[in-house]
Amino acid sequence: MTPQPETQAVIDAEIAATAHAYEQAGVEETQPRVDYAPYRSSLLRHPTKDPHHADPEGIELWAPCFGERDIDPLEADLTIQRGGEPQGEKMLVTGRVVDGDGRPVRRQLVEIWQANAGGRYIHKRDQHPAPLDPSFTGVGRCLTDDDGTYSFTTIKPGPYPWRNHLNAWRPAHIHFSLFGTDFTQRMITQMYFPGDPLFALDPIYQSIVDPKARERLVSTYDHDLSVPEVLMGYRWDIVLTGSHRTPLEEEDHQ
Amino acid sequence: MSTLTATPGQTIGPFFHYALPFDGDRELVAPGTPGAVLLHGTVTDGAGAPLQDALVEIWQADPAGVVPQRTGSMRRDGHTFTGFGRSSTDITGRYTFTTLEPGSVDGGLPFFGVTVFARGLLNRLFTRAYLPLDGAEPDALLTSVGDRAGTLVVERDEHGLRFDVRLQGEGETVFLTYPGHS
Ligand SMILES: [Fe+2]
Repeated sequence: MTPQPETQAVIDAEIAATAHAYEQAGVEETQPRVDYAPYRSSLLRHPTKDPHHADPEGIELWAPCFGERDIDPLEADLTIQRGGEPQGEKMLVTGRVVDGDGRPVRRQLVEIWQANAGGRYIHKRDQHPAPLDPSFTGVGRCLTDDDGTYSFTTIKPGPYPWRNHLNAWRPAHIHFSLFGTDFTQRMITQMYFPGDPLFALDPIYQSIVDPKARERLVSTYDHDLSVPEVLMGYRWDIVLTGSHRTPLEEEDHQ
Repeated sequence: MSTLTATPGQTIGPFFHYALPFDGDRELVAPGTPGAVLLHGTVTDGAGAPLQDALVEIWQADPAGVVPQRTGSMRRDGHTFTGFGRSSTDITGRYTFTTLEPGSVDGGLPFFGVTVFARGLLNRLFTRAYLPLDGAEPDALLTSVGDRAGTLVVERDEHGLRFDVRLQGEGETVFLTYPGHS
C-alpha cells in the first residue's frame, strides 16, 4: 500500500513550529537551514555535522574568470532564442551584484533558468502537464558590467506543482547562479516576485527561517524600468559574502 | 569586515540540467593531453544512495601552482587551462573531470576547491579535495579536522583520482565554512 501523501496542513504545522523555535532562540540566521524537514528531499541530503571553519588560502582566494569569449550578449534575452515571441508577461529583471563590502562584482558570470509562463520547465523530468512553449527555453546568461549590474529580458515564470506533499506548489521564481571574486563567494539561489500568496506555504522559501533574510530573495516591481507597451521591470540586487583577498595579494598577482 | 548581509542561497532544484551544463564542462583539458588525469567520484546521501541530480564544480591551480585567470571555460579552445570545471552526476551518482593535477599555491598543499549543489540540498557546500599527501605533513586544516581528514584527500585508483562526497552519515565529508559565511 502506498502511503497517502501528507497534507499542506502537516507541512504548515512543521513550518510554524520551526519559526516559533527560531523566534524564541533570538539568534539571527541569514542563510537557509540545510536541515529543514518540511522540505522532504533534504532529510537524507543535509550534513549532520557542523561545517568546519577554514581560512581561505591559495586557489580559494580567487574565482574563475569569464569573458566575451564565454557568453554571447544575446544570451541575456530569453525572448528571442527560438525566433517567435514566448507566451506570457514579458519582463526585465536587473540589479547589481556586490560583495559584502558593497563593492561591485565586475565582469562576472550570472546564469539563470526558469519555468515558462505556464510553470513548465523544458527539463525531461518535469511532469507538470502544462504545455511547453516552443518559443522559450528558459535559460539565460550574462556578464555583469563594470558597475556589477546584470540584466535579463524574459517572461514571468508561472508557479508550478511539485511532490513534496499533496497540493504542493512552488511560488514563481527564477534560479540564479553567481560567482564572486573569491571561490568562497560561489552561490546558487532563487529570485521571487513581490506578494506571492504561496510564500507562507513553501518549505524551500521558508527554509530561510528569518523573515528579513527571506525578503532578500524577493524582487521589487520598478515602474521606472517598465517600458511602455513592451514589458514590466523588476529589480533585484544580490550581495555575496565578503571577499578575503587583501590589496597586497591583488598586487602580487597582477 | 563585511558590512552588508549576504543574500541567502536556495537549492539548485531538480531542473538545472538544461541550463548549467555546457559542452566540455568537465574537460578542463582534452582527454589524452600529457599529464591528463581523471578526477571522479560518487555523491551519496545519508542512506548511501547515489544522487542523480547533484552538480559538482572544481576550481584549481595549474600544475605549476599558478592560479588561472583566463576566460574561456564555457567555450574551451583546447589549449587554455582555465582551472574551472563543472560536472552533473549521472544516474549512478558519478561525476568526472578530465584535468591536470594542481600544483602548490604559495607553498600550501595542493588541492582542488570543490562546490556541491543538489536537489534536496538547500545551500551549496564547499570542501577541498587534496592530492594524496605522499608523505607530506598535513596542513593546519587537515590537522584540525582530526580523524575525518581522510574525507578531504583523493585516492589514487585505476582510473585516476577518486574523491567521493558523502552528504550525510558514516564517512560524512568534511564541509567547510569560511569567515563571513553564516
Ligand atoms: Fe524551479
